[in-house]
Amino acid sequence: MADHEALDSADTRHFALEAREVTKRFSGVLANDRVSFAVAPGEVHALLGENGAGKSTLMNILYGLYTPDEGEILVGGEPARFGNPSDAIARGIGMVHQHFMLIPPLTVTENIMLGNESRRGRLLDRATAAARITELSRRYGLDVDPQATVADLSVGAQQRVEILKAFYRDARVLILDEPTAVLTPQEADDLFAIMRGLRAEGKSLIFITHKLREVLAIADRITVLRGGRVVGQARAADVTEHDLARLMVGRSVALYERDGTAGGAGPSEAGPVEEGAVAVALGLSEVAPEHAVAPPAATAAAPLLRVEGLTVRAIGGTDRPALDAVSFTIAPGEIFGIAGVEGNGQTELAAALTGLRRADGDYAWLGDREITGRAPRELIAAGVAHIPEDRQKDGLVLPYSIGDNLVLSTYRQSPFARGILLRIGPIRDFARRLIDAFDIRAGRGGADLPAGNLSGGNQQKVIIARELSRPIRFLVAAQPTRGLDVGSIEFIHAQLVAQRAEGRAILLISAELDELLALADRIGVLYRGRLVATLPRAEATWERLGLLMAGGE
Amino acid sequence: MTGQATTAGDGPARQLWPLARRAGQAALVPALAIFTALILGAILIWLTTGSLATALAAYGGLWEGALGSPRALAGTLVRSTPYIFTGLAVALAFKCGLFNIGAEGQLALGAVCAAWVGYRFQMPGLLHVPLTILAGIAGGFLWGMVPGILKARTGAHEVITTIMMNYLALQIVQILLSGPLKDPRSVASQTPALAPTSWLPMLIPSLQLHSGVLLAVLVAIAVWWFLGRTIWGFELRTVGVNPAAARYAGMSVARNVVGAMALSGALAGLAGVVEVAGVALDVTTVTPTGNRYFGLGFSSGYGFDSIAVALLGRGNPFGVIGAALLFGGLRAGATRMQFNTQVPGEIISVIQALILLLIAADVIVRRLYRLRAATADEAQPALTSGWGEKVA
Ligand SMILES: Nc1ncnc2c1ncn2[C@@H]1O[C@H](COP(=O)(O)OP(=O)(O)OP(=O)(O)O)[C@@H](O)[C@H]1O
Ligand SMILES: [Mg+2]
Repeated sequence: MADHEALDSADTRHFALEAREVTKRFSGVLANDRVSFAVAPGEVHALLGENGAGKSTLMNILYGLYTPDEGEILVGGEPARFGNPSDAIARGIGMVHQHFMLIPPLTVTENIMLGNESRRGRLLDRATAAARITELSRRYGLDVDPQATVADLSVGAQQRVEILKAFYRDARVLILDEPTAVLTPQEADDLFAIMRGLRAEGKSLIFITHKLREVLAIADRITVLRGGRVVGQARAADVTEHDLARLMVGRSVALYERDGTAGGAGPSEAGPVEEGAVAVALGLSEVAPEHAVAPPAATAAAPLLRVEGLTVRAIGGTDRPALDAVSFTIAPGEIFGIAGVEGNGQTELAAALTGLRRADGDYAWLGDREITGRAPRELIAAGVAHIPEDRQKDGLVLPYSIGDNLVLSTYRQSPFARGILLRIGPIRDFARRLIDAFDIRAGRGGADLPAGNLSGGNQQKVIIARELSRPIRFLVAAQPTRGLDVGSIEFIHAQLVAQRAEGRAILLISAELDELLALADRIGVLYRGRLVATLPRAEATWERLGLLMAGGE
Repeated sequence: MTGQATTAGDGPARQLWPLARRAGQAALVPALAIFTALILGAILIWLTTGSLATALAAYGGLWEGALGSPRALAGTLVRSTPYIFTGLAVALAFKCGLFNIGAEGQLALGAVCAAWVGYRFQMPGLLHVPLTILAGIAGGFLWGMVPGILKARTGAHEVITTIMMNYLALQIVQILLSGPLKDPRSVASQTPALAPTSWLPMLIPSLQLHSGVLLAVLVAIAVWWFLGRTIWGFELRTVGVNPAAARYAGMSVARNVVGAMALSGALAGLAGVVEVAGVALDVTTVTPTGNRYFGLGFSSGYGFDSIAVALLGRGNPFGVIGAALLFGGLRAGATRMQFNTQVPGEIISVIQALILLLIAADVIVRRLYRLRAATADEAQPALTSGWGEKVA
């Protein structure tokens, strides 16, 4: 393990971008503590760390969004001061954010031109821009239609637009903040191919991820952050996933393969992770994870959720419905997984079952209650919980405190309200409890910190804490562990298993096949809005699911 | 800023300090905008009159007319009162993500309703005053509700509909005043005089200071309390900040949009009430017993200025009171300024417009005074919302 490999030993003039002893505080939180970090031309440098370790903060500093309290930034060996991102862009730095920054109603070309308009006289020169975009996209293998409207693009394509935007501005250094969190495995592989191409062109890439497998697959060097400090740097060739996991968590951790977790233990015992025993499962273990959860508890019982012929029309002209006569049931104490490439009806399924989208007719029953066409409030009262796929759009009110976000759907109930009055005290107490229980890293702000100031992974934990902390019967969990670090993923998985043991019906929609294979009792595959297959977990394999997801047999 | 400040001990001062600092930060840009607008206004007077002394004398007159005597002060308070109500109206709609340009029309409708109850009925003051107030609230409430319903049902943008409702309101008022509600004994388009039992009680009769200002402050506190402490306020704000999350959490976006517009209209209607039942309009009478009635052209833009008041007050009820006092003071002082220096009172509108401009384009102020860019915490409420999205 090359923890101590000092950067100073290298010739700094060779670094495309470097941070030296950078410190950044946010009202009491030391987000970056004397962090030194550098990336060379033609290098892919991965940045690892738990949720809230300070990765995004460091990148935002390098991109000029934040100014460091102390320390300096060097570009090509020369000190640089960034007052704002335009300064950083001018020095050849580009960034793709954890949450995209595109303007949906505009076209790809317009989005890319924005802020860097080519002009002909006083008019925008779209044609020249489009030609350049086409040329760039061919050169780097970034396949997008310059004329397409961003709102119509898949997440993977939107990401390619973000990358193109950076290179349109002649970026030499590209920062990618958790780019793979929103991608399907296939799209992630495409991205890696693009990244290798860029590396070959001599570009510098900084890559943030929580998936250790990806790090070892693509990175040349790795820096690990913990609590705002650099705790290790190494060449990817010199380390194993175990080393990285240990560094990230900061303790000697009891590592285990997935099949060791709950082996033999009934679901009721697979509750919250035990104190002290920090369990870190690797992003992808070679071992088939069949035994992660105990066999189905209650397949014999009458189904709790019954969906029959659920159809949801697509928004915008296409004839093919977004969800086409989908039928399935979920028993109490069962996790039903939904696999599928994004955009094949998952969003509509979750929305229809939680009252956010209208379905045409009565198609779903919870117990003996018909739930299609009901307003979200009724469904919440009936015990439906929802971890939404887009956390910043649906799941959180970013300017609100963590406390207010934690009672977003229960604020009318005792003890949070008395009559029409909100009760600040109980809300805050409740928030403190959940912050503890779910290990939400809120720093000093505690329950009063605006959710928008939390790191991405901690925002996700707020949503999960909220949805799992009230009495529920049926949970729709869409990409529940997106953006979480390995420790938190394991914790959330344990929570889902505990919910299952309590007899809840759980619909788990996930782009991570590993997650489905580890947790689901049965897995359905959505393809073009239709449920093309339903497999018991024993019969589900990566290969079979992959084939079905692609429309094969 | 410094390491010390963030690592200081855990005394009660630590709790108060961030609050005070936040309030200070929120007030900083508005204060600088006012300051800058006043300087620009002085330069304008200087340029047009060719004399710096006139500019200074004009501001002297402004000060004298607004704050120079108890009478001036009372005048400022009376003129600030409708501003507080209309400012609150716009601020409340902001909180729900709505841009209510219709305060002028809502005010007019509130005033008509209040006037009608005031002159039409005879009853003891204990009953008559509250009923008059309620009538004004009801008028504004219903008039504000219409654009809310249109938005919720059809997605019609409230900016367009409230502007059109303003014209509609003014036409309706004109028709009412020249027909059904016209005082037959008067040549002017005005209602009969309100019964004295419906008048707002006087605080200081000799200064013509009526109790509307107290009502306004109480209502501001109520609005603050409503928004921050009640479950309805919580819903309304959530819809304003993130309608998608509000829907997800089981809140009805449509109901909140309608409710917010109606409440906003009710607040604007209160401005109509205090103008009709509080202010003696009979210019020939200098005693506080001067007649109160509702006549054409009486509002003179309280509704339109309200957007500036709400912006200047940063959408905060107490900020609105401060902004309303400023606007009321400018209005009150304008007469004295014009009398003393012959500088036209319209310069006040120019200053108000400059303040609005500097607040809306706060980049100018920040550049001028080398302030940091707005952080998420202090950012303005969104002033616009998408066009034609259906919220039902
Ligand atoms: N604007 C802010 N105000 C206050 N605290 C902040 C702000 N931004 C970040 N923080 C805090 O700084 C710390 C580091 O956050 P950062 O977003 O850099 O984490 P991260 O490593 O990117 O985590 P994740 O993997 O969850 O995205 C966290 O404790 C976070 O709460
Ligand atoms: Mg992050």
